Amino acid sequence: MSEATIPPGTQAPVFYETDEHHHDAGGSTMLGFWLYLMSDCLIFAMLFAAYGVYGGSYAGGPQPHEIFELPLVALNTSMLLLSSITYGFAMLAMNDGKVRAVQGWLAITGLFGLAFLSIELYEFSTLIQEGAGPQRSAFLSSFFTLVGTHGLHVTFGIIWLVTLMVQVGRKGLIAANQRRLQCLSLFWHFLDVIWIGVFTFVYLLGVLR
Amino acid sequence: MMSDALLKTIFGRLTLDSFPIHEPILIGTFAVVAMGGAAMLAALTYFKVWGYLWKEWFTSVDHKKIGIMYMILGIVMLLRGFSDAIMMRAQQAMAFGPNEGFLPAHHYDQVFTAHGVIMIFFVAMPFVTGLMNYVVPLQIGARDVSFPFLNNFSFWMTTAGAVIVMASLFVGEFARTGWLAMAPLSGLDYSPDVGVDYYIWSLQIAGVGTLLSGVNLLATIIKMRAPGMSLMKMPVFTWTALATNVLIVAAFPVLTAVLAMLSLDRYVGTHFFTNTMGGNPMMYVNMIWIWGHPEVYILILPAFGVFSEVTSTFCSKRIFGYTSMVYAILVITILAYLVWLHHFFTMGSGASVNSFFGITTMIISIPTGAKIFNWLFTMYKGRIRFELPMMWTIAFMITFVIGGMTGVLLAVPPADFVLHNSLFLIAHFHNVIIGGVLFGMFAGINYWFPKAFGFKLDKKWGTISFWFWVIGFYVAFMPLYVLGLMGVTRRLRHFDDPSLQIWFIIAAIGAAMIAVGIAAFLIQFYVSFRNREALRDWTGDPWNARTLEWATSSPPPAYNFAFTPVVHDLDAWYDMKSNNAARPVNGFRDIHMPRNTGAGVILAGLSTVIGLAMIWYIWWLAALAFVGLLAVAVGHTFNYDRDFYITAAEVTTAEDEHTRQLTGHAAVAGA
Repeated sequence: MSEATIPPGTQAPVFYETDEHHHDAGGSTMLGFWLYLMSDCLIFAMLFAAYGVYGGSYAGGPQPHEIFELPLVALNTSMLLLSSITYGFAMLAMNDGKVRAVQGWLAITGLFGLAFLSIELYEFSTLIQEGAGPQRSAFLSSFFTLVGTHGLHVTFGIIWLVTLMVQVGRKGLIAANQRRLQCLSLFWHFLDVIWIGVFTFVYLLGVLR
Repeated sequence: MMSDALLKTIFGRLTLDSFPIHEPILIGTFAVVAMGGAAMLAALTYFKVWGYLWKEWFTSVDHKKIGIMYMILGIVMLLRGFSDAIMMRAQQAMAFGPNEGFLPAHHYDQVFTAHGVIMIFFVAMPFVTGLMNYVVPLQIGARDVSFPFLNNFSFWMTTAGAVIVMASLFVGEFARTGWLAMAPLSGLDYSPDVGVDYYIWSLQIAGVGTLLSGVNLLATIIKMRAPGMSLMKMPVFTWTALATNVLIVAAFPVLTAVLAMLSLDRYVGTHFFTNTMGGNPMMYVNMIWIWGHPEVYILILPAFGVFSEVTSTFCSKRIFGYTSMVYAILVITILAYLVWLHHFFTMGSGASVNSFFGITTMIISIPTGAKIFNWLFTMYKGRIRFELPMMWTIAFMITFVIGGMTGVLLAVPPADFVLHNSLFLIAHFHNVIIGGVLFGMFAGINYWFPKAFGFKLDKKWGTISFWFWVIGFYVAFMPLYVLGLMGVTRRLRHFDDPSLQIWFIIAAIGAAMIAVGIAAFLIQFYVSFRNREALRDWTGDPWNARTLEWATSSPPPAYNFAFTPVVHDLDAWYDMKSNNAARPVNGFRDIHMPRNTGAGVILAGLSTVIGLAMIWYIWWLAALAFVGLLAVAVGHTFNYDRDFYITAAEVTTAEDEHTRQLTGHAAVAGA
């Protein structure tokens, strides 16, 4: 057991790091958050799959082209896309170390998000009033669940965004806050990507159907 | 009338009738649990250990303590799940002809559902997660996991799920649907009571914990390995942990989604899985098995990892075919997603679809078989030491091969049409889950216990437990293969054909033997604790093992390693021993560590309240607890002061103590 496996003449290997360099706190945060986002993506994948299966199960009820108003959805989509751009500006301001600008862009992003949610809620309430609520058919069940889950994510994103505005105001752009802003950035753009899927597969293809 | 409406607003559908005061078995159980619980609480208060438990354990973010808490949760829930099992075995052994047995149908259906749910989610999962939590950071030479607070939170969410399942025993009822709550039976039309809601909320809340712990361990393995430990120098157990956590992150969201859709059907009136309005119950079956099949690999892969470590250690050899072992793990991980339909060949998806899934299922036996051969070749010409972990490993190899072969049999669609939902299937999956997962956990517990507590487990009681478990398993489940081939289906409460009874009696005897095995397992802990001085491990390496967790003291200090080890070889610790690597005894530095926090306990407690309130339609309480949950979660992010330093002086004290133990032990051994 104590036979040396190192050939003679070579330098003895080091078995302990006695002069340890400092590890950044939160070095795994971005990876961890990315993994979480991918798991969230799978939840959406299941909801898309459900919509794929139920998309034609109208049960004698309304069909997509009768209830979807594309101009309204286009407006809605533009709100969300603009919010992604403004979040990008917030990140640029973060890189320049400008606290006020970060807060300002976050506020604008949040307002776009709120506008998006308001339009979505208006759309939902109109549909329900027309008798096209989630209980009407499997198609509408899967529609409301998919779009509603996305809306819930946006809602939590806005709560998170407000929290971060306060935290950036209190502590400034310290490393921990920069990390959090990056995570929310991933989250926010992720919701944008999901929405592009929703817009394409649910609304556009739904109307063509 | 006013007061009726008021009561409904305050208590939802919770009424005095919800308490099962007319069921003597439940009242008896409740009395025992209440008295035992009260006695335990009184003892904890009397000995003033609440503060200690809160400060050192409940709020701890130390992966080692969280791992131990997971194991304790698993053992406690094993007792509950096994009580259900023995009730079923007793019922089926006696309920023939005029004898109706002792369990009414309403109760029996809850028992088999609870048994399955508890054994998978609250026994096997905590065991697996607990072992990974304890061992992986040590094995990769890290000081903790990537997200220590999340780790604590995950544990308490899993516990919250277990609490909700246990609550269903005494308030209301549990689901009567079988462990996967198949639709449309689990829909509101056929299960209007609280049972399925208990099922949904306990699994959703525990599922959050499982998912986050999966993300956490994955990030830990990818980011926190010691310098020099490339992927192909990772111990096999860490590899299996990596694969299992990939599966967790990629499978549990599916469960979350499908249960969310079922809840919408039940709470909102949507039509995902109903028979009417365009709903499709088979979607539920498909979706839940897309999670369910990876789930069984989530359980078995870490057990494979344990067997690899144990075989290598107790044969004093490097694992045979390490590379093929790693690729086998990865192939199993991928194939886990391509076989789900074999759980319902009878759905009627047609010959082509069934053939595809039958063939992919059979292909899985190839990497699994390769692993069996690798373990055998590791044993070949090895100096095998028949310690308890090795005994469990050998029992596993024999038992699992039988279970694997019956599995391949079931993978043949025409055979499955005969055997679907029969006791043959029950025998098969108990064969692989007990013979694979549970034996693996027992091997792991016996193997790593001295690392965790500083003394070995008693061999005599361990051996008694081993033989009663192994023989008990065969006596309990081989008759079920026979019955299954005779066409007996699962979940039956009463039988007419008296010729079947003898097989059920044999199975009940087997269950009784397993009960002795479980008792011996508990006695083993007690006896070992009493004799702990004699069983003490001073070296940190009681088995002459090969991987890094044995390079530190037993139990390891909070910081695991005073200096991060540098890895040059797969068997890193064996390599260090071979080269007489000198353990540094001075020059210690301050060590940066995460601070304990109570936020995880509070968040999980609020989640429990939300779950219970939703189950009983107490909307105001659910809303209130949800707002509280958000407030605590947001409030927690305002705490930036999350770490502290263990000073060099403290490290020096701890390490000097270990040095004394090492030299003292060497002197004793030399004398």
